[in-house]
Amino acid sequence: MAPLIQTRGLTRHFGGLKAVDGVDFTLTQGEIHGLIGPNGAGKTTFVSLLSGRLPAQSGTISLNGEDITRLPAHHRARKGIAYTFQITSVFPRLSVFDNVALAVQSQGTRDLTARTRAALVRVGLDGLEEQEAQTLSYGHQRLLEVAMGLALHPRLLILDEPTQGLAASEIEGFKSLVRSLVPETTVLLIEHNMEVVMDLATRITVLTFGRVLATGTPAEIRANPHVQEAYLGA
Amino acid sequence: MKPWILHIALIAVLATAPLWLSPYHATNLARIMVLAVFAMGYNLAFGYTGLLSLGHALLLAAGMYAAGLPAQLWGWAAGPAFIAGIAGGGLIAAALGLLALRTAGVSFMIVTLMFAQAGYLTLLYFAHVTGGEDGFAVVSSGRVLLGFDLSTDTPRFLAALTIFAIGLLASLALVRSPFGRTMVAMRENEERSRMLGYNPFTVKLAALTLSGLYAGAAGAAYALLFGYVGASFATIQYSILPMLYVLMGGAGTTLGPFLGALLMFALIEAATVLTTAHQFIVGAALVVLILFAPKGILGTIRERWLRWLP
Repeated sequence: MAPLIQTRGLTRHFGGLKAVDGVDFTLTQGEIHGLIGPNGAGKTTFVSLLSGRLPAQSGTISLNGEDITRLPAHHRARKGIAYTFQITSVFPRLSVFDNVALAVQSQGTRDLTARTRAALVRVGLDGLEEQEAQTLSYGHQRLLEVAMGLALHPRLLILDEPTQGLAASEIEGFKSLVRSLVPETTVLLIEHNMEVVMDLATRITVLTFGRVLATGTPAEIRANPHVQEAYLGA
Repeated sequence: MKPWILHIALIAVLATAPLWLSPYHATNLARIMVLAVFAMGYNLAFGYTGLLSLGHALLLAAGMYAAGLPAQLWGWAAGPAFIAGIAGGGLIAAALGLLALRTAGVSFMIVTLMFAQAGYLTLLYFAHVTGGEDGFAVVSSGRVLLGFDLSTDTPRFLAALTIFAIGLLASLALVRSPFGRTMVAMRENEERSRMLGYNPFTVKLAALTLSGLYAGAAGAAYALLFGYVGASFATIQYSILPMLYVLMGGAGTTLGPFLGALLMFALIEAATVLTTAHQFIVGAALVVLILFAPKGILGTIRERWLRWLP
């Protein structure tokens, strides 16, 4: 399979802190790729570089072979990179419908209402259209984030800790939702819940101190002694 | 459907006003409707898109001079002069936006204020053309539209009403359109909208330019209907007034600018009878609004009772 995303020597330092430090990373079309690592390993910084929220200091990012390193965030979004925020960043004073409609209409305004409703049904937020987003429970706001990401029909959907704050019952539904996205959409999943990552991901990359420690299948990662030492706490 | 009925009903009531108002008050109402068009434009930038400009007087004056000068210098009739005024407001707004939208928040306020001040000083500098502080009265040949003399009561009122109605219905259609939603997204969470594929700069530039078209239309209408063009319309006072109207009526409500303009006009009118310090009343109104009703009259009504109010 062709790589959807490829980074070479990707680097971002904050003063003396090497948040992302020369990362070579390949994301294959159609996979669910888990990104794990201890707190402060640079996971969120890394995906912020991919989505364009932060500019890279050095290194390159390519999407389907095209260099997108210098492209501003909104261009990358248009090219199919969708980012859902770790700390929910919905439009708090707009209705649930308007939140998702904003994502839908950036793809064109035909059948706006129907497409918006469909995105809400997909995450199970139908019936809450008229509610103000800030009045939703935290778990529902997370789902709203995901609905906005999905509504962009992205080629790459970056999910930053999507199950944080979800109830156990909601996590099952969420997992089947993510599974239903591939292979049309490639998913990059930052997740602290090991059960979820091991269950969903086809491949996993482990970051520590801004560097790639290991990449492999869930079984390989579990068996890797360096990973156990650094992260899994065995 | 309800919002459209409400807006059309308001226009219908205003259309009957000359029947039950004295000519003096009807002319005042025409003036209020023109100022409300200015405030509607301000509302698109400030109320919906979150652009707090202190330079809208520049856009009003741009429309005023772009309509008034061709009428004066080259004998243009009211129709072409009015269109030139709209274009003038839009063009200056786009130019202002290209420079000022590189900033945000307080810096944006200061930069827009500075540009407006520069515009005002430019009008004074070229006083031999612009008439400077004294301004000039628009020649009567420039105040004829399709054979109607805009300096007479009925044509003036109807022209003001027409411009107001078009402006109001256009702003209602706009804020209920997908682009209206995008404007609000800039106000609410610019960073998020970037990640949804919107370029905040171009969205805000478009909103500011639309706002300038309204300001230009209002400036041109003022020049052609009331027959006076002067640099005093480029002063800071005319940047503050639309903000005040919008804050009083309700920022981010389609009818707020008109309601605010109407009430503020009435308030100043009443105050001038009592005292020469009517500017004080304006200031006091602003303070009271910010303290007790930050969402304005219609903003509060929408929050409490009428959720469907656009």
